Amino acid sequence: MTASAPLPTTIEVSSSDAPRRRSTMRRLLRIPTAVLCIAFLLFIVFFGLSAPWLAPVGPNVADVNAINAQPFGAHILGTDQNGRDILSRLMWGTQETLLACVIILVVSVVIGVTSGLIAGYYRGKFESVSDFFSDVIIAMPGVVLLIALYTLTGPNIPIAMAVFGVIVSPSFFRLVRGIVVGVRGELYVDAAKVVGLSDLRIVSRHVLWAVRGPVIISCAFILAAGIGIEAGIDFLGLGNPTQPSWGTVLQQSFNNIYNNPVSVVWPALLISLTVLALVLLGNVLTDVLAASTRIKAPSRSRLRSIRARYSDTEPTGGEAPLPPGQDVRLAIRGLRIAYPNASGVTEVVHGVDLDVRKGEIHGLVGESGSGKSQIAFSTLGILPREAVILGGHVVLDGEDLLADDAAMRAARGRRIAYVPQEPMSNLDPSFTIGSQLMRGLRSVKRMPRHEAKAHLLALLTRVGIADAERVFRSYPHEISGGMAQRVLICGAVAADPDVIIADEPTTALDVTVQAEALELLRGLRDERGLAMILVTHNLGVVADICDTVSVMKDGRIVEHQDVDTLFQNPREEYTQQLLASSRSVEIEEAA
Amino acid sequence: MILALLKKLIRGVAVFLIVTFVTFSLMYGNGPGIARAVLGLHATQADVQQEVIRLGLNQPLLVQYAQWLGGVVTGNLGHSFFTGQAVTNALSIRLPVTLSVVLITLVLTVIISVLLGVAAAVYGGWVDRVVQFIAVLGSAIPSYVIAIVLIFGFALSLRWLPATGYISPSQSVGGWIASITLPVIALLIGSVAGAASQFRSAVADVLERDYVRTLRARGIAERSIIFLHVLRNSAGPGLIVLSLQTIYLIGGAVVIELVFALPGMGELTNTSAQQGDVPLVMGAVLAIIVIVLVVNFLADLAGAALNPKARKA
Repeated sequence: MTASAPLPTTIEVSSSDAPRRRSTMRRLLRIPTAVLCIAFLLFIVFFGLSAPWLAPVGPNVADVNAINAQPFGAHILGTDQNGRDILSRLMWGTQETLLACVIILVVSVVIGVTSGLIAGYYRGKFESVSDFFSDVIIAMPGVVLLIALYTLTGPNIPIAMAVFGVIVSPSFFRLVRGIVVGVRGELYVDAAKVVGLSDLRIVSRHVLWAVRGPVIISCAFILAAGIGIEAGIDFLGLGNPTQPSWGTVLQQSFNNIYNNPVSVVWPALLISLTVLALVLLGNVLTDVLAASTRIKAPSRSRLRSIRARYSDTEPTGGEAPLPPGQDVRLAIRGLRIAYPNASGVTEVVHGVDLDVRKGEIHGLVGESGSGKSQIAFSTLGILPREAVILGGHVVLDGEDLLADDAAMRAARGRRIAYVPQEPMSNLDPSFTIGSQLMRGLRSVKRMPRHEAKAHLLALLTRVGIADAERVFRSYPHEISGGMAQRVLICGAVAADPDVIIADEPTTALDVTVQAEALELLRGLRDERGLAMILVTHNLGVVADICDTVSVMKDGRIVEHQDVDTLFQNPREEYTQQLLASSRSVEIEEAA
Repeated sequence: MILALLKKLIRGVAVFLIVTFVTFSLMYGNGPGIARAVLGLHATQADVQQEVIRLGLNQPLLVQYAQWLGGVVTGNLGHSFFTGQAVTNALSIRLPVTLSVVLITLVLTVIISVLLGVAAAVYGGWVDRVVQFIAVLGSAIPSYVIAIVLIFGFALSLRWLPATGYISPSQSVGGWIASITLPVIALLIGSVAGAASQFRSAVADVLERDYVRTLRARGIAERSIIFLHVLRNSAGPGLIVLSLQTIYLIGGAVVIELVFALPGMGELTNTSAQQGDVPLVMGAVLAIIVIVLVVNFLADLAGAALNPKARKA
């Protein structure tokens, strides 16, 4: 009985992948919800199939002496207004539900998956035509058409379910096409083509394999919808009145609600629980098969327990005393940042110390993933939500921002400002540049609109935008990347901050624009005596603009020097490697 | 942008023609069958022949469809085979009932699911889990089962609201509100469940964007980031959710009307389909297709208006 098709037990698999599949199955069976749902659905299948043997009586046998009998007597679930045993009717009626499930699945999977495979694999005309039809079908009010269909077919649930299968097939079509378009470009499919496998072999061996998980998940949801619709049609009285079904029993009980209200409960419960089991199973399958690696933000209680467990368990080298020089603007001490994972936490920054003085541009270099950006975000309190600060201090002019949320909020944008890496993705596409800048400036500095606007226009001109008025009115998609980076620099310095955190401010720019942006940052530093942390992986940028450099590796600062010393006389082996590799890149580029 | 909307319009017309033609050919494909349904089982073969000619069912299907289509333009959709009532007249009585339920549910769905979706995405943690739990439960239980539960609780046990029937707002506004409250709630639960979880993902998606971080770094209050920037940027996906939700709502309303004995489109479609009153069935299908297409077009229009790229292009 393929009515249990959402269960992964019925999927055909090639033997080569059996171990992996078994582990999927085992993972599924470790989840109590999944076990419960599978057990319930198997019970429903058994409930229906065993009707001929186990049902107390036939579906339409009326006991005239027991009209509207209450449950838990001679009739376990009571009887209806004709004295028919409700348990028996529901058992026999389950057969119709199972049949409906088979029809819906066969029709929708055959149409949807086949057309999706063809459209995704060959693209072209077939794809656009089938895409159009899938749009048409999705725009159709299915229930109304199923009712209208009655005019033509009379009470005929199998045909109605076949039509419903057609109506839901676009969801398989879109799903499969999307995956196949993705898989098609994969190397292993190319390899299979080069080896000379036929399209049919490739599709059945590789492509079909890629779509099975999502298709199984969809099956659960589509069956859930299908059972609801099937019972709904019967409930409307469009089913065959001589055959019992969940919907028919529900309808008859509902019409009899004043005489025997309890009888409504059983079919309603049966329908709801079955649909619920399928939806829950679909959700669990999504988690297991789609193997979502996305880390969910920990709850507050989890955060507390993580902090309690991991804070200061591992003494770090940090906590160096603040240096005596009073011109230190921003001091970071013993900063530790971690991300929760399944078993505990992954620490990405292990106790970092760093000082930036007034007028100093401090380069923070290292490979991607070394924790540079994490440090930058934490000084502004804009770490991703799932990040956990395990310890340390960010001290701005003597005030610990990490210890005091209010101080962090007051400093953010006002005294510490941020220049992001990717100019285009850092402007809100739905608002004009002027309105974004205005909102930022006016939320940290009380000033009248016209004053704020004049200030920003002057600043836009200062950062090298010739037509400031026009840019002010423009949307982000209407300006170039270099221009956008100038806008973002303007947004950072608008409130006249003391410290700027620039996260790879030139990486996304063309080489010529890079130099201009660096020049602009240097000019602003000179004018305003800004302290700046410049996060970069580019040693050329460091040599060009920085005064001091900290080299990061695996979440630690391994070397800290002024820039000339670092380039002439690097202490650490890692720094030497970095310098050597960056020189070889330069030589290659020059050649 | 105008070009894009024009394309959508043409697509909409194409969908309209395909769906109505397919339905029409299915409905009118069997002329003698329709005539027999009208006359009853005891009619003679000759009577049926005569009735086929009287109803114009002997003409080629395409001609009949063309005539019907002409009627759509001129506002004459024919008459009921059974009562002789003009189809347009029947629709004008039934549509307000269904529309009042659907539109009120839609408005409430927007408000509630936006609030729930934002709360779930922004707060995460237990709020998120509660919203997702409601979403699963609400989307799993068919609306007619919810309707029955509501009738049980509020109409039969508590006797707060009428179980069935419809009162037009022109008779009594209070009575109207009382008569559609339970139907609206029954539809609302499933609709909010579907929309809130999708809206939650839309908001969560926008919250992860770089520009949100940059806006935060500029010192903008979290409240205005969420209610100005995040909401504005998740409105596009939200509109798509909403237009799909409308189709779902109409389907749900059609079933719900029978539970609450509301004299709306669902009741009309159901009764005429069971009788074989094809002009009425066709009229109902037409009305619902048009509603769906109009809603989709409005959603496209609003989406284009919201997207500065499309607006200026």
